[in-house]
Amino acid sequence: MSLALEIEHALGNFRLDARFTAQQGLTALFGRSGSGKTTLVNVVAGLIRPQRGRVVVDGQTLVDTDRGIFVPKHRRRLGYVFQDSRLFPHLSVRQNLLYGRWFASQVDGADGDFAAVVELLGIGALLQRPPDSLSAGEKQRVAIGRALLARPRLVLMDEPLASLDEARRAEIMPYLERLRDEAGVPILYVSHSVAEVARLATTVVILNAGRVAAVGPVLDILPLANAADGDGGSVLDAVVARHDPKFQLTVLQTAAGELEVPRLAAAAGTHVRAYIRSRDVMLSLRPPEEVSALNVLPGQVAGITPVNGGAAAQADIRLDCGGAIIVARLTAKSVDRLRLAPGRPVYAVIKSVSFERN
Amino acid sequence: MTPEEWTAVRLSLLVAVTATACSLPVGVAIAYLLARGQFRGKSLVDTIVHLPLILPPVVTGYVLLLLFGKQGPIGAFLERTFGIVLAFRWTGAALACAVMGFPLMVRAIRLSVEAVDTRLESAAGTLGAGPLWVFATVTLPLCLPGMIAGAILCFAKAMGEFGATITFVSNIPGETQTLPTAIYTLTQVPGGDAGALRLTLVSVVISMVALLGSELLARRIGARRVAT
Repeated sequence: MSLALEIEHALGNFRLDARFTAQQGLTALFGRSGSGKTTLVNVVAGLIRPQRGRVVVDGQTLVDTDRGIFVPKHRRRLGYVFQDSRLFPHLSVRQNLLYGRWFASQVDGADGDFAAVVELLGIGALLQRPPDSLSAGEKQRVAIGRALLARPRLVLMDEPLASLDEARRAEIMPYLERLRDEAGVPILYVSHSVAEVARLATTVVILNAGRVAAVGPVLDILPLANAADGDGGSVLDAVVARHDPKFQLTVLQTAAGELEVPRLAAAAGTHVRAYIRSRDVMLSLRPPEEVSALNVLPGQVAGITPVNGGAAAQADIRLDCGGAIIVARLTAKSVDRLRLAPGRPVYAVIKSVSFERN
Repeated sequence: MTPEEWTAVRLSLLVAVTATACSLPVGVAIAYLLARGQFRGKSLVDTIVHLPLILPPVVTGYVLLLLFGKQGPIGAFLERTFGIVLAFRWTGAALACAVMGFPLMVRAIRLSVEAVDTRLESAAGTLGAGPLWVFATVTLPLCLPGMIAGAILCFAKAMGEFGATITFVSNIPGETQTLPTAIYTLTQVPGGDAGALRLTLVSVVISMVALLGSELLARRIGARRVAT
């Protein structure tokens, strides 16, 4: 599958002018609120008619303003999971799930695999219930199932986890991962959360004030995401090397070196994605001795980017640690005091790491 | 009760049911148009629909007579082409009742259409439902309570309609004499008090049964929504 789009759309003062292509896997549209993510997804879904542009999914042109093509939303064969799950209140969970499947089967005669989707999302026990009686997390799982059963060529998700608390998010994330890896349906995923993108995305599209700032694989792009809200971070691909039962720690092997983290419930050899918040990284010019932090990784300064929008003057320091990129957020004063410049060897002291199983 | 009184009761029910049933589809269409449509002359349509509510019923009845009477433009056309005569027939009484009940019905349905979350409709669209299917499977079921309320209001109005009916189709026993006109007639003749009282009681019972029925129906829809 492929998605290629090229959109120009003005709304009041806001101007969306974006073009990118996406391939298989989960493509995350990442950016601050107001950067045009939802508008863009709504254009792909057919809920908004763009003033100018082209949208092509799997070789089929859905929108081409130059040629006067605009395929109405119900003929696009896309699944849309909304932030507010939008389940039909007058139908049961089962009827909600079957809604899109019925229309899809009218088109191509084939039925989506109901049992498999119900199993994938763990919603078998909810089928007879009305949507009103479900928790927010359950609603969102049903909404995902409803979109999948319409046998879409592409699933659109607009901040599907934004209305949920931390526990509910953790509950749904594994289902999204399974969806990405097992269902084989490409996903266009809108998010403003670095943690979500770090865990789920194959490809990241960074949207800034209506324009595409960067596109690429998550490991390369996410460190560039200059999230002024202090939510920036970097992603490391890691393998579980061994467990340390005495201190309840797990040792991870990464390109940057070994990381010791609180024990993970994962067998040795499991691939995980480690996410390190830029604020949780300190830099030292010499190997720090007698510090409490367990993880100190040697590296070189690769680049320095000033951060705008914070209260104090700050900068994101990109470090090259054995080929992996780690970002540290420091005050401009620290940058000055350590005389940091590209090429300078430093030690990254990592205060905490969060882990996402891959 | 005398056979004449029974005839009036039966006729009233027939007229009210016909008026409600025939105006419901039109009422839904107009209510949807007024709730969602964006077109020139929308406020004109709105005004025309509401006119019977503010005009004296006798005036409405007289306008109907002018338009749908044997000499009227629409009445003459209907008689020539379809052989349908409305003036001084029970069908005319049904028309008068439908016109009088129409604004009440449209109002109730319009409010419920406006309360339907359009985001649910666009969600249905992304799931492959075309506009007609969205209307039939999402919009219509969600405004069902409003449709029931509108239908009951129209039925109640039709059961009690007097002015427009008597002006348009007169007060012919067995043809156009409904409950209210029958009660009116009985109060005009010596010794008719007992009959008027009986018909009044019948009228009260019918209205209460209709109201209870709508309550039960609404509750069953609500219950189904929770049970399924």
